[in-house]
Formats: sequence, C-alpha cells, structure tokens
Amino acid sequence: MEQEEDLKTRHMVINMGPQHPSTHGVLRLKLELDGETVVKCTPYVGYLHRGTEKLAESMTYLQVIPLTDRLDYISSMTNNIGYCLAVERLFEIEVPLRAKYIRTLVGELSRISSHLLWLATHALDIGAMTVFLYAFRERERILDLFELLTGARLTVTYPRIGGVKSDVNQEFIDTAYAFAEEFPSRVQEYETLIDVNRIWLKRTVGVGILSAEEAINWGLSGATLRGSGVNYDVRKRFPYDAYDLVEFDVPIGKNGDVYDRYLCRVEELRQSVRIIKQCIEALPRGPIMSPDAPKFTLPAKDKVLGDMESLIHHFMLITKGPMTAPKGQLYVAIEAPKGELGYYIVSDGTGKPYRMRIRSPSFVHVSALPRLCEGRLLADVVANIGTIDVVLGECDR
Amino acid sequence: MDAATIAAELKAEFPDEVIDINKFRGQVGVYLKKNRILDIARYLHDTPQYNLDFLKDLCGVDYIDIKVPRFEVAYNLYSIKHGHMLRLNVQVSENNAELDSVVEVWAGANWHERECYDMYGIVFNNHPDLRRILLPEDWEGYPLRKDYPLAGAEEEWRGFKEVLKKAEEFKQYAWNRKKT
Repeated sequence: MEQEEDLKTRHMVINMGPQHPSTHGVLRLKLELDGETVVKCTPYVGYLHRGTEKLAESMTYLQVIPLTDRLDYISSMTNNIGYCLAVERLFEIEVPLRAKYIRTLVGELSRISSHLLWLATHALDIGAMTVFLYAFRERERILDLFELLTGARLTVTYPRIGGVKSDVNQEFIDTAYAFAEEFPSRVQEYETLIDVNRIWLKRTVGVGILSAEEAINWGLSGATLRGSGVNYDVRKRFPYDAYDLVEFDVPIGKNGDVYDRYLCRVEELRQSVRIIKQCIEALPRGPIMSPDAPKFTLPAKDKVLGDMESLIHHFMLITKGPMTAPKGQLYVAIEAPKGELGYYIVSDGTGKPYRMRIRSPSFVHVSALPRLCEGRLLADVVANIGTIDVVLGECDR
Repeated sequence: MDAATIAAELKAEFPDEVIDINKFRGQVGVYLKKNRILDIARYLHDTPQYNLDFLKDLCGVDYIDIKVPRFEVAYNLYSIKHGHMLRLNVQVSENNAELDSVVEVWAGANWHERECYDMYGIVFNNHPDLRRILLPEDWEGYPLRKDYPLAGAEEEWRGFKEVLKKAEEFKQYAWNRKKT
C-alpha cells in the first residue's frame, strides 16, 4: 500500500499532427492525457498560412479571384462565388438570371463534392473504409463535370464579378442531370453501410455534444451548428444567387452530437440534388455576364489581339483595375459547404481592396475543438475533428 | 428589428461612447470608442430585443495616413433569433493599442482576437490565451499593418536556421545505419 502512495502519476503530453492522417491537413493538436482521457487540448494552426489577406490588398478586385480558390481547396467554387458576391454588392452590379442559376448549380455540385470528401474521410477515420471508396467514386464524377466546364478539377476560378466565365454547354447539362438522377440511390448506398452500423453508432452517438446556445456562442456555422438544432442557413437567411427561386429544406439535428451532424450533412446531399435538378429545369436563356461587366471582365483573347479598344481596355483593367470603387465597408457571407464563409471588404475608393478579411468557417470550428475534446476519450478526438469538417487551407488562409 | 433602430438606441444608451453611425449598402456600422466595449457587447448580447448572440466576425483594420486613431476593430454581429445584423467599428489608437476582450460574451471571439493581435499587434485585455496564432511565436512585426512590407529581404526565418543546425548535429549519430 505504501508503495502505491509513493507512485507519482503525471499527465502525458502527446502531439497529434501536423502530419497525421486524421487531422485533415496540417493541424497540430497538443493533447494532455490522463490515461485515455483528454485533459487539455491545444490546437496549433498556421502551417498553411500564405498571407492571402495581405496579398489581396495589393491586387485589383479582379486579380483576387484565383487567390480565393486556395482557401477551401476542395470546394473552390463556393469561395469564388462568395468573393464575387461581395464585390458585386460593393459595386452594385446586378447579375443576370442565367448566371445566377449556373452559379447555384455549380455551387451545389461543389457542396456535394465537399460533403462526399467529408463523409469519406470521416468514415475512414472512424474505421469504415468502404464508404471512402464509394464516396470518392461519385466525387470523381463531379470533378469530371468541373473539368468539362472550366478545364480545372479543383481550382476552378469559374465565377466572375458580374457573372460566370463561360456558358454551360448541353453536354454539361445532360451529364449533370444524369448525375442528379442517379445520386440519391448512391446516398442510400452510403446509408446502408453506416446508418445503423453498430460500430458507427458506438463511435458517434453521444460524442462531441454541443448545446444550441453553446454552438451559437462559439460562432459555429453550417451543418456543425445545425446539428445542434439551430435553424441558421445563410442560403435561407440572406438568399443570394438563385436560392430564393428554388425550393429546398434545411435539415436540423436534435442532440448536437457527431451522429446528428452526420445525418444533417447526408440529408444536405439530397437537398443539393433537389436544387441542382430545379436549376437545370428552370435554367433561363440570356446573357451570363452583367451589362456593367465590361468594366470588370477581361475581353476575350482574340479581341485583344485584333481590336485596339479591347487592348486598351484589357491594359487598363490589368494595370489599374476598376477605378470607381465606392468608399465603404461591407460584410457579405455565403453558405459554403463547411459553414458561413464571409468576406469583409473595406474599400477606400481605389481599384484594390483596402482590406479584405476572410471569415472562414474552419478557423472558427477548430477554435471550438478544445471544448469538444476536453474531458472525453482520446479516440473521440478523431471523431470530433471529422465532425467539425475543417480544411486547413481555409483555416490558415 | 431594424439595425438602424438598434444603432440609435445604442447611441441613446451610451451617448459618450458612440461617435458616429454609418450606413452603407444596407449595413449599419456604429463607430465606438474603445473604453466600454465589453459593457456594450454584453448589453447587445443580453438585451432580449437585440439578442445579438452570434459573432460572425471580428477583425482589425489599419487606417494609417487616412484617419486618427489609426486602428479599428470591426465586430460583425448577428442575431439568430431575430435575424438582424449590426457592425461595431471600435477605434483604437496606435500608441495605446489595447482594448478589452469580449471572449466572456462570445466564446468564438477567442481566436479572432488572437489573430487580430497576431496581425496588428492590438492587445486584448483579459484574453484567456493571447498568443500569436498563424505566425510562429518568435515572429517580428505585425504583417497586416500597412507599413509592413509586402515582400521582404531574401532572408530565411531564423527558426529555419535552427532546424538546419539541428539536422547537421544529428548527422553525426549513426541511427542504426550499417557501416559501409
């Protein structure tokens, strides 16, 4: 007995990451453990910091678009859309209806692809390997669609200030519609694998519980917030593009645990398909660029080479940018797949943003990680990282 | 509730603190002195008819050569229940760049304030854990300040030199390598 009293115990500190398969990028967690229980969790971020906000201050509004691709690099379409919306709001540009529908369509495709990657890696972390293979099969088809439309699979740079870069062709529409027809049956496949899987339930039900008040207080957004039963979706609260013209439901969770957030995101896959179908069916004819757009869009290459006006126009846009930016500041947010992606732009009247702040959902979600992990088991850390759905490129900017 | 009404009522409640009210593209910004920011934050959060419970964003802005005081901390607030939005623009001077932290009102402010400190050097009093967040802990300067250069001299971060030195040191050990 005496010997036992002499035994000194101390907490063990382990580093999880930055190179760890289930931290979804270069996230480092310093975990202080008492046996299997996490006593303290300190996240370290910044390994992917590229100074996007500083860079944007030195660029014209047009040049910033490719920078936004590199934030949430698995859903670059929505980043572009969010940025373009903010600038359009600043310049008071009205986007033509066709472009709005196209943006909504590709935005939802992007959401599906992002959610599929989330589902795949989240399930893989918890030990369900087959889901990973299934989800990547469908994700590949979306990336092929993006390649058909934009020429790029990940960093698309497709939306433009005032519209989109190019019109969709019939092949894209047919393929996208065929995909939307087929996809719900695929979702059912994922569900049969894990929905009532005993291991999945053991690892997710009752893990990482957040009450509604707490989730709001932490500033969480997207499905991470809705899993706690808060009805907050930027697409419904501040409708942008064509979201006020299509019908869709916002799934809400009840218990605020990992399993409810899983259910929410899977249901969002179905809702996205609904939106995609409506967009294709209702796609109106018309221009894809706003009539104000020549002030913001580069003229076509063949015109630049043959037409003096276009050459001057091109030159002025590249060197000076649109000169008439109104002075002011505004915050515009969209519902990105991960949550609320906001752009806070301060304009000083020149052609460059004076300050461009990116409010990324991942940054906020990682900050709430200690709240989810502390006092729980080490194995739950992996489930918690998966459930908040983060991409570190967006977190570190 | 209309954001302009909230701003007007805020001005009536804190007449000495509110400097100006600005409206741009339908968004209302209230320019504030920094002294009672915590009281104002709590007032806006707790008063039932405002209930601004969701801190969308918090960030710094550097207005060097444009206005005095030099810095501004912008709080974008939203009410999940009522659906109204309000922005607070808190003025912070350069030689006294500190203000009270609002972490006890909105837990989500924690990392935003750390980032603001990291990028602008604005100190948040009573913050639970005010450290650099995106940059290494020994970084010098505050990159998002307007007088911080966009590109610097071609010099490696000195932490990197230490890593290289360590690597050199480790080379003297055999690490189970078979002797040739």
